[in-house]
This record gives sequence, structure tokens and C-alpha cells, in this order.
Amino acid sequence: MKSFRKTTLTISAWIVGLLFISPYIEMLITSLKPKSEITNIPTTYLPKKWEFANFINIWKQIPLATFLKSSIIVSLSATVLVILIAVPAAYYVARNNFRGRNAFMFLVLITQMFSPTALVIGIFREIVSFKLVNTYQALILVYTAFNLAFATWILSSFFASIPMEIEEAAWIDGASRVKTLRKVVLPLALPGLVTATIFTFIAAWNEFVIAFTVEGSPTHQPITVGLDSFIGQYQVQWEYLFAGSLIAIIPVVILFAFIEKWLVTGLTAGSVK
Amino acid sequence: MAINTLNHVKKKPFYQSLPWIGPAIVVIALFVLWPAIEMFTTSFRYVNQAGQIRGWTGISNYQTLFTNSDLPGVLLRTGVWVIGVVLISVLISLPLAQMLHQKFVGRRIVRYCLIVPWAASVVMTAISWRWMLDSYYGIFNRIAQDLGFINQPYAWLGSPNIAFGWLMLVAVFVSVPFTTYVIIAGLSTIPEEILEAAKVDGANDWKRYWEIIFPLLRPALLIGIVINLINVFNSFPVIWAITQGGPGSSTDTTTTMAYKIAFKTSDIGQSASLATLNFLIILVFIGLFLRVNSRNAQKNK
Repeated sequence: MKSFRKTTLTISAWIVGLLFISPYIEMLITSLKPKSEITNIPTTYLPKKWEFANFINIWKQIPLATFLKSSIIVSLSATVLVILIAVPAAYYVARNNFRGRNAFMFLVLITQMFSPTALVIGIFREIVSFKLVNTYQALILVYTAFNLAFATWILSSFFASIPMEIEEAAWIDGASRVKTLRKVVLPLALPGLVTATIFTFIAAWNEFVIAFTVEGSPTHQPITVGLDSFIGQYQVQWEYLFAGSLIAIIPVVILFAFIEKWLVTGLTAGSVK
Repeated sequence: MAINTLNHVKKKPFYQSLPWIGPAIVVIALFVLWPAIEMFTTSFRYVNQAGQIRGWTGISNYQTLFTNSDLPGVLLRTGVWVIGVVLISVLISLPLAQMLHQKFVGRRIVRYCLIVPWAASVVMTAISWRWMLDSYYGIFNRIAQDLGFINQPYAWLGSPNIAFGWLMLVAVFVSVPFTTYVIIAGLSTIPEEILEAAKVDGANDWKRYWEIIFPLLRPALLIGIVINLINVFNSFPVIWAITQGGPGSSTDTTTTMAYKIAFKTSDIGQSASLATLNFLIILVFIGLFLRVNSRNAQKNK
């Protein structure tokens, strides 16, 4: 009876797993079909001819390397800025009582409630008046601002959970505040730090609406927007669209899988506090 | 978002905090508050099609907005969308988290599968659904025909209600991974002995789940639901990539409608008034939810 239950659990879990990746499997299958097979009616489950060349030709079809470069520059810069700004803020809020502390926490909460999508008109007008249309800076600054809230919140939950005594011991040993933060506190808050870093990077990597609105020129478009050129008014080049999508998706999935075991710890701190 | 209260500690003056929190305040003020205020003030202005401000118009943008015959349907759909997607996501995630918290062969792999839709771009995921649902070349029609459910290809995205149902399903698909992980995180804070004692085995143990485990998941669920409310409410790519709110405006929510008014009709003032209304609605949603939640929490005490 017990082993029967275990088998049922295992099999249903595997089915669930398969369900969640099935759209991406279909993406992969479509990206490996030759153009002529895409429009077969009814569609085939697998390609008759496996067209691996789609993954090579796409680099010539669109400036894919440029799109990837933009995505990497924007996402990395935003992530570094978020961590540099959120770590001190989160640490100070977790450790000190000061005038304006509640107001600051409220500001962070409000930011969490706004999404770039909800403010797209305001952001667009601001970017135009700052003359930042078609620049990396526009996206970097907007992504930094919107990801600060989550990072600050999750990091301060972590900092607050580290016993004060550990830090005091370091001070007695003569370490400065900043050094204590760097050498003692940050290593202990590593799961939170990793979670905040990866969340920011992925949010920036996948953002669509702002980039779509602000970046009109292919030279500064990230890949989410760049692939849009395969979607024409009447025709979609599905095989390239999905080959490109997979090229964009696979690195971040690997990144995310890498921190999977930290994810639970990272989210726990946020949810118990 | 309640961080430990430090009320017993003496308050330091604000200026001392500036080296630490100053940069965060500057960036948030410039790129979150500024556009928010810009949006709010624009909603009381007349902006011409070239994007130039042509003076204040009082509440006329709002008056025009409320006479828009599409608005009631869009508002109703937004309500169905937010409540439906969040509720279904949570109802799927609760048993899923329970399942993935247990040990079985290949658990790590299944968990990796689950994070794929979370890590992947929502636009791209949505486009793959649009392709699978395509009336001519889509795999859904092929499978449904092979299984004998339908005799000929069906235009899944052709009729508004069915299309909207699919959009909600895709939105659930992309919200479930995050929600499940938040609940797994909640489960991991419950001591092993309690989980063991309340092991969900048969029909009778169902009751024990609701009485013992579910209340302990409350803090995790609270976070999961609030973040989901915000994300689902603002969810733009799912609808945009699959139907663009069409046919007509029959699958629009307030978010996609505001975008269309701004960038297709080029009526910025009008769009700003809808976006402002949008923010008020989300405030009400979150406020109501937190209120119901705190009332339930008190009842349980």
C-alpha cells in the first residue's frame, strides 16, 4: 500500500513536471522544423526533417548578437546597481531605528505595488524629456528603481534574522561597521543576496513593456523586443521566433536552476518575517 | 513587509541614515514616484496627438473615460481576471507544494521543470501558447482531433469568452511556479514532527490538513497572494502577445486598454486617467484582501 502511494506520487509529479515544460518542448520542436513543415495541416508532432540550421541562420536573419549584448548590458548593470543600493539600505533599516524609517518602508511598499507597466505612460514621457530614448541608461535606471523594493525587503528580512551578538563580537575585535557588513553579515545573508540578485537579473532580462515602448532602434533593443521583428502583420516566422526565444530562455533557466536550492531559504525569510 | 520593530531603540536623526538609504530614495523618487506623479497630473491635462501638453482640462478626461462604452466590460473582465487567476493559482499551488515537499525519485528534476515558466520570459511563453492554439497549425487542434474531442480544427482564440478563458489559463500557468515555491518555503518552516503528525494520507486527513497545516501556511500565503495580486493585475504580456485584447476590446483588461489608448489612439490624457483608475483599483484590491486576512487571523486566535 505504501509503495503504491509512493509510485502514484512519483508518477503524478513527473506528469506535472512534463506539463510545465511542454510549451517549451513544442517551442523546440517547432524551431527545428523546416519552413515548409511549419504550415502543414494538420501539424506534425515531430519534424520529418530536423532543421538544425535554423539555429545558425537566425544569427543572419536579425542582429541577434546585438540584442543579446543589449540584454546582458542592461540586466547586469541594473542588477549591480540594485545590489549596491539595496544592501546598505536594507542593512541600515534592519539594524537602526531612525526618524523617517516608517516613511522609507512605506516608500518601498508603494514601489512594490507599482509595476513599470502601470506607469508606462509616465515613464515614457519622463524618458523623452530626459532625452534618454534609445539608450541603455533608460532601461537600466527604470529596472533598478523597480527592483529595489523587492531586493531591499528580502535583504532586510535576512539582516534582521542575523543575531546582533555576532556583529558586536566583530566590532569588539576592532572591525569597522562597513567591514563587519562585508565580512560577517553578507556571508550569513548569502541566500537572500543570491535570491535578490537572480530575481533582479531575470526581471530585467525578461522585461518587455518598457523596452518595447522606449527602445525603437534595433541597436539598443533587448532580445525580448528584438524577436518581435519575426512577428509580421500577416505572417510569423515561427521557426526563427522560437529558436531565438530558446536562445534567450535557456541561459536564465540554467541560472535559476543553479539557485533552486537557495530559493526556498530565500523566500522563507521573506515570508516568516 | 513588517520588519522587526525597533521601537524600543532610541531614534537616530534622519540625516544619519542618508548615506545608507539616500541612493535608494533618489532612484525610487526619480523613476517610480516621478512617473507616477507625471501620470497623475497628465490625467487632468489635455495632451495632443504629438504628445504636447495643451493645458489643464479638469476632470474631462475622466468624464470621457466613463462614457467609453467599452469600460464596463473591461472593468468586469479585470475583476474576473485578477480574482480568477490568483484564486486558481493558489488552489493549484497548495497541493502542488505539498507534493513537491515530499521525497520521491526525480524530485529535483521535477522542481527544475517547475521553475522554467518562472524563469522564462512571459512574452515568449505566451507566444508559444498562441502558437499551440493556432487554428490552422496549432498542436492543440491536432491533439484534440486525434483524441476525438473535435472533428475539425477549432478557432480557440476566435470567440471572446473562450479566448479569455485561455488567457486566464496561460496567466495561471506563469503564476503557479512562484506561488508554489512561496508555499514550499512556508512548508519548510513547519517542524517535521507536525507535518508527520498531520500527514495527508486519506480522506480523513484532509480535515487535518486544513486544521493544522493550512493555518501555519498563512504568512507564506499572504506574501504569495499579495505579490500575485500585483503581478496579475499588471499582467500585460500574456494578453498582448496572444490576442492584443481582441477581437475588438473583448479580451482587454484595464492595463491593456490603457496601453492601447496611449499608443494606438495616441490619447495620453485619456490613457493616464485610466492608468490612475487602475492604480486606485489595485489599492482597493490589496486593501480588501489585507482586511479580510486580518479579520480571519483574529478569528483564528
